[in-house]
Amino acid sequence: MKGEVGGLHIQYYSICKRKLWLYSRQISFETAHEKVIEGTLLHEGSYKRKKKEIMLGDHAKIDVLDQQFVQETKLSSKMQKADELQLLYYLYLLKQRGIEKRGRIAYTKEKKVVEIELNEENEKKIRKVIAEVFKIIESEQTPKLVKLPYCRNCAYFDFCFALEGGDDDAT
Amino acid sequence: MRRDIYLFSNGRLMRKDNTLYIVSEDGIKRAVPVEQVENVHLFGQIDLNSALFNFSGQKEVMLHFYNYYGFYTGSFYPREHSVSGIVTVKQSDHYLRKEKRLFLAKCFVQSASFHMLRTCRKRGIHGYESVQIITELSKNIRDAKDVQQTMGIEGMIRQHYYRALNELIPEEFTFAERTKRPPRDPFNALISFGNTMMYTSVLSEIYKTQLNPTISYLHEPSQKRFSLCLDLAEIFKPLLVDPLLITLVNKKKITSKHFENHDGMVYLNEMGRKIVIAAFDERLQQTIRHRKLKRNVSYWYLIRLECYKLIKHVIGDTPYIPLKAWW
Repeated sequence: MKGEVGGLHIQYYSICKRKLWLYSRQISFETAHEKVIEGTLLHEGSYKRKKKEIMLGDHAKIDVLDQQFVQETKLSSKMQKADELQLLYYLYLLKQRGIEKRGRIAYTKEKKVVEIELNEENEKKIRKVIAEVFKIIESEQTPKLVKLPYCRNCAYFDFCFALEGGDDDAT
Repeated sequence: MRRDIYLFSNGRLMRKDNTLYIVSEDGIKRAVPVEQVENVHLFGQIDLNSALFNFSGQKEVMLHFYNYYGFYTGSFYPREHSVSGIVTVKQSDHYLRKEKRLFLAKCFVQSASFHMLRTCRKRGIHGYESVQIITELSKNIRDAKDVQQTMGIEGMIRQHYYRALNELIPEEFTFAERTKRPPRDPFNALISFGNTMMYTSVLSEIYKTQLNPTISYLHEPSQKRFSLCLDLAEIFKPLLVDPLLITLVNKKKITSKHFENHDGMVYLNEMGRKIVIAAFDERLQQTIRHRKLKRNVSYWYLIRLECYKLIKHVIGDTPYIPLKAWW
């Protein structure tokens, strides 16, 4: 699976290990999910004048790139930590190709912009995360179902919680 | 919520701009918003062109074809959009390993017989001899040594089940045995048609998941059909189709005038099919509160959840427990 890590893998890593594992095996449910469709439309509709969708390797796809910044556009800042990690990953990939940029996350709806840069500390962090991502997706076993506060908003909710039995022993 | 549309009249189905148009023989055009369509069932003689197929592929709308007698012919199954190599490999693994295959085969039969007994109980015939025999037989499923034995038990259960169903329908519909290809009497024609609708419903749900519809466990794979649909349909037939048919004949919504007899081959006429489909469609839209998802889900969606459970089972996540209606 080497070299098959994209930005979403990194983002899912900090949201839910199980989602990362399933996604890495193309067991994905995003296409029909309302929030995902909304996100796609946001992506298509915003920053039309800038260069968009640059592929880094086979799986990492950068949203928007300009002179100074790599930019991600997101619906909400609820998962800011995860978004930052995703962006750090792009910055890291660029750096490996000899390009140094800064990162910016645009939460357009909230009129909020977050800037991030790849310093030494961040780089160490992202390296560690990448290693852990590989460990998870190479594992035979699905990460256990853990009920998280945002499970209900996830495209994988129905898949994870399609269970039999009456009591609350799912978690 | 996307819906199924059923075309009985003759005419043309076409793509116009970015939606579907149905043009009837007398030239009347009707637009059908494509985003709201899940499946199109074609019963009439309908002209289609490649632009329509391309469009339906793009919009992931499945087309199901039925012949003049209402028997299933085949489906236009748009290019797979959710494929997972791992799921297919694991699905095959569960077929190839005897124990694993047997486990799933038994699950389907257990769930099926549970739903058969449930239908009998709800209709108040649980005390009848044939129903008692089903109860006894279903205890043997666990001990079946292989898939063939499981199938054998299933066959016996089904014989007694159909005997029991006779107690629940008006005398004019009484049938001696299950006959198919072709059905020989009206109630067999009803069962066949209902099962066909169940089959295409399961197919369209499987399609939305990563499951491969040709790899099955109870039925032998690729017996001219997407055999995984047959496996999953076992669970839902006694839960959704049979009670519906019993109600339709008892309420006299379906009567002898809805059948045609063609040299001993009995089939539903157009009016009859419309009645069954309307009832079936309505039934699938009905909702129940899901105990784990903690929200209302339609019967239709229960089929999808069953697919999810199967995926989880084959990838080694959560062992499969088949649906047993709890409401």
